[in-house]
Amino acid sequence: MTPSDLARRALPLLLAIPLALSFPAAATAETSLPEDWDAIETQARGQTVYWNAWGGDAAVNRYIGWVAERMAERHGVEVVHVKLDDTAAAVSRVIAEKSAGNVDDGAIDLVWINGENFAAMQRNGLLFGPFAQRLPHFALTAPDDNPEMRTDFTLPTEGFEAPWGKAQLTFYYDAERVEAPPRDMRALLDWAKAHPGRFTYPLVPDFLGSTFLKQALLELVEDPTVLAEPASDHEVATVTAPLWDYLDALHPHLWRQGRHFPASGPELKQLMGDGELSLAFTFNPAEPAAAVADHQLPPGTRSYVLDGGTLGNVHFVAIPFNARRKAGAMVLANFLLSPEAQARKQDIAVWGDPTVLDMDRLSAEQREAFDRGDANPARLPPEALEKLLPEPHPSWMEALEAAWIARYAKG
Amino acid sequence: MSGFTLAIRLLPRLTILLLVLPVTAGLVGVVAPAFGWLPALGGRSGTLAHWQALWQAPGLADMLRLSLVTGLASTLLALAIVVLFLAAFLETPLFRVVRRLLSPLLAVPHAAAAIGLAFLLAPSGLASRLLSPWLTGWTQPPDFLFPGDPGGVALIAGLVLKEVPFLLLMSLAALPQCQARERLMVARSLGYGPVSAFAKAVLPGLYPLIRLPVYAVIAFASSTVEVALILGPSTPPTLAVAVVRWLGDPDLSLRFLASAGALLQLAATALALLAWWGAERLVRRLAAGWLIDGGRRRGEATGRVLGAGLTWLAIGLLAASLAGLILWSLAAYWPFPAAWPSPMTLRTWREAADTALEPLRHTASIGLGATALSVVLVVGCLEAETLRRRPLRPGAQLILYLPLLVPPVAFLYGLVQLQAQLGLAAGWLAVTLGHSLFVLPYVFLSLAESYRRLDPRWGQVAAALGASRAATFRRVRLPMLAGPIAVAAAVGFAVSVGQYLPTVLLGAGRLATLTTEAVSLASGGDRRLTAVYALGQLALPALGFALALGLPRFLFRHRRQLLP
Repeated sequence: MTPSDLARRALPLLLAIPLALSFPAAATAETSLPEDWDAIETQARGQTVYWNAWGGDAAVNRYIGWVAERMAERHGVEVVHVKLDDTAAAVSRVIAEKSAGNVDDGAIDLVWINGENFAAMQRNGLLFGPFAQRLPHFALTAPDDNPEMRTDFTLPTEGFEAPWGKAQLTFYYDAERVEAPPRDMRALLDWAKAHPGRFTYPLVPDFLGSTFLKQALLELVEDPTVLAEPASDHEVATVTAPLWDYLDALHPHLWRQGRHFPASGPELKQLMGDGELSLAFTFNPAEPAAAVADHQLPPGTRSYVLDGGTLGNVHFVAIPFNARRKAGAMVLANFLLSPEAQARKQDIAVWGDPTVLDMDRLSAEQREAFDRGDANPARLPPEALEKLLPEPHPSWMEALEAAWIARYAKG
Repeated sequence: MSGFTLAIRLLPRLTILLLVLPVTAGLVGVVAPAFGWLPALGGRSGTLAHWQALWQAPGLADMLRLSLVTGLASTLLALAIVVLFLAAFLETPLFRVVRRLLSPLLAVPHAAAAIGLAFLLAPSGLASRLLSPWLTGWTQPPDFLFPGDPGGVALIAGLVLKEVPFLLLMSLAALPQCQARERLMVARSLGYGPVSAFAKAVLPGLYPLIRLPVYAVIAFASSTVEVALILGPSTPPTLAVAVVRWLGDPDLSLRFLASAGALLQLAATALALLAWWGAERLVRRLAAGWLIDGGRRRGEATGRVLGAGLTWLAIGLLAASLAGLILWSLAAYWPFPAAWPSPMTLRTWREAADTALEPLRHTASIGLGATALSVVLVVGCLEAETLRRRPLRPGAQLILYLPLLVPPVAFLYGLVQLQAQLGLAAGWLAVTLGHSLFVLPYVFLSLAESYRRLDPRWGQVAAALGASRAATFRRVRLPMLAGPIAVAAAVGFAVSVGQYLPTVLLGAGRLATLTTEAVSLASGGDRRLTAVYALGQLALPALGFALALGLPRFLFRHRRQLLP
């Protein structure tokens, strides 16, 4: 038999693969999870939990390393941080496993997620739940008073994700080069005209780039309330027309005249560090201060929030439908919500990610751990974070991205 | 049947099986969704809707043009530089210097070279800093569009930088096979100048030997993702980058579009290869008269100047890119227009040293495993060819090169599915096998011509002296081919070290290697850490190439005629 004979014989076998793709994958794994929390903790003991989380920030990675140490000490759970460059890689893996009929032996136990990725996974039945309300520490977020703990980009999470931290669109600038940064979107256009080439935003559909579009739309649209409803209920072209007029006016004054865009938020930050930009923005309010300490941004960096407030949201952890160690994943998600872990995460020296806990639910002693007053000049004053605008319905984001690409991405 | 004969019979089949199963599964994983079949996402009926969506994707024509132009132009330039350099400097002291520089240059991962080049030539880059503000008057970086220019010039430059060392290495391995020295001597004694002698007497014999590597370069250049992400334009990007964006989009329905796009990418790569093949035939026809027109010294000086200038330009750019990376790895805050980071710090290196040990171990063990497997299989296939006295059939050859032709992002998705279906646990074995898919073609590519061109009379002499087939292989062919085998192994090892997607997907991200760490850290935009990992990524393959070039010298210190 020659090699090509072999190839011929193997072919029918291989053509059968698409048939295998049709495995009845929707049957959610019958979970043998106990009802009782103590029993879940007992079951978790000795498990290894593979936590897939973006690994692009050394500070975040170090924090996750600390979490792993504590989990081993306290709960006998080994936590392995699977570092991703993009959450899409985890989504791909779960889809592939579902396609192959793997319903109870998935390689991912917990995933750091929010927004579009959550919506997509939820829509396709790729998540396990509801589990959030079963976590004892979830009550500390006071979800009845803080609806954002149960809402991800206006979609109800229905207990399929547990909150972990908060994000808010935060602008930052180099005070050595900029005296008066623009305080709203219209002022930004004037500023860009006066300082050509010194501002840009990440390439849509990068989520920070899309966030910039949403922020602009929120300020420019005639009636912002329509954005809370699905885009299909409205005349999208009419509602978004002011945004495209705005961008048409803004682009010639952007970095590289708007002919090239940085790929992501981190690349935007790098351009600030290189001195190519004077003004930029991020979704992590603590990032500018941390980046100054890490020698990535100029020492004169200052942060602020636009006068009318900026978009904000919560980021979550979720468990794939076929996760192998669900008990361990739940114990980990619960630990992430503990006052101890949340206080450490909010510490600017560690990471600086704002807590999701409601201070009224904590004891005075627990609250104290969150009050690490430090006067980092690059940091946003805490009261600025109160000017939070809710995310529009996700369908607007999809509509904006498609329209942006059709208008600006074809060169 | 002796164990040797049995092994030689089995190895080619094992090779084909090892490749055919995953590649076909990978392809099915692309073809089925492209026509609407992906039940996990609700696609249960055949449809052409995704192809219609692809045709209407904004900027598709520009994406295709970019992929084709950058792929062909970079290959042509790289080949021209290599040929001019060899023509002008074969057997000169300069040639030996460049030869020594070759292994470190080859070891630079594509992404690291691209990052380095981007930093060198960007408006806020090293070149601009060195000239500012004393010459240019710039206190802020100027605003010109490079890298990322819409024509793809930066992308072509980045690709050429990496392909010149690769093609040079392939040519060096092939030169003894086509008796370059003898041909050159004859032509020179007939009064031909060095450049003309090489072009007319050696090149026609050399090119067929490096044709496959050239095709691999075209395939890589027309479908590269990492280099195009760093140096290519963004509105629109090349087709391969667009496919990756669609695959990574949170809107999962775009995965159907991505699959159709991946097939289109396959067609685009095939088209680029076809265009090159057509050009080859045209050149052969047009050059026929020129080869025998007796012109002995035309263009001699121009050839020498171009050969030296372009080679040094390529080496200089690559070296400067590396120097930039080293500076970044030592920098604290480093503002424009400072050309030298001050203060310097070892902090980034110390931080990396704390966490890099395990990734280093994984990188080395996976690389060695995949390389060893690939070398055994490839040598087995080639030995079987030798014994059977005919090359692999074209169909089998195509299978061998498929992993290089299909864009990995799309094809790996099907592979992960196969892994899940076979119940192969995510881990070292799965990753090593996955790496072998990409390592094996390169090892084959690097070794095939040398193996096939080995004079069969050596084997006949050995047989006449009563040596068995096994003994002939072990005592005659293997030692004579030790040099090319070592180089092929080093190439394979370097390919393994650079793999990102197979490592993440097949290992479920659990096996951290230097490359996975580098890529995930690069997504955070800290150029200092990225530089440290890129340099670490470079160190291992550099060691491999140094061994590959040094080991034969040591083994054959008493048989100098075996050395190239």
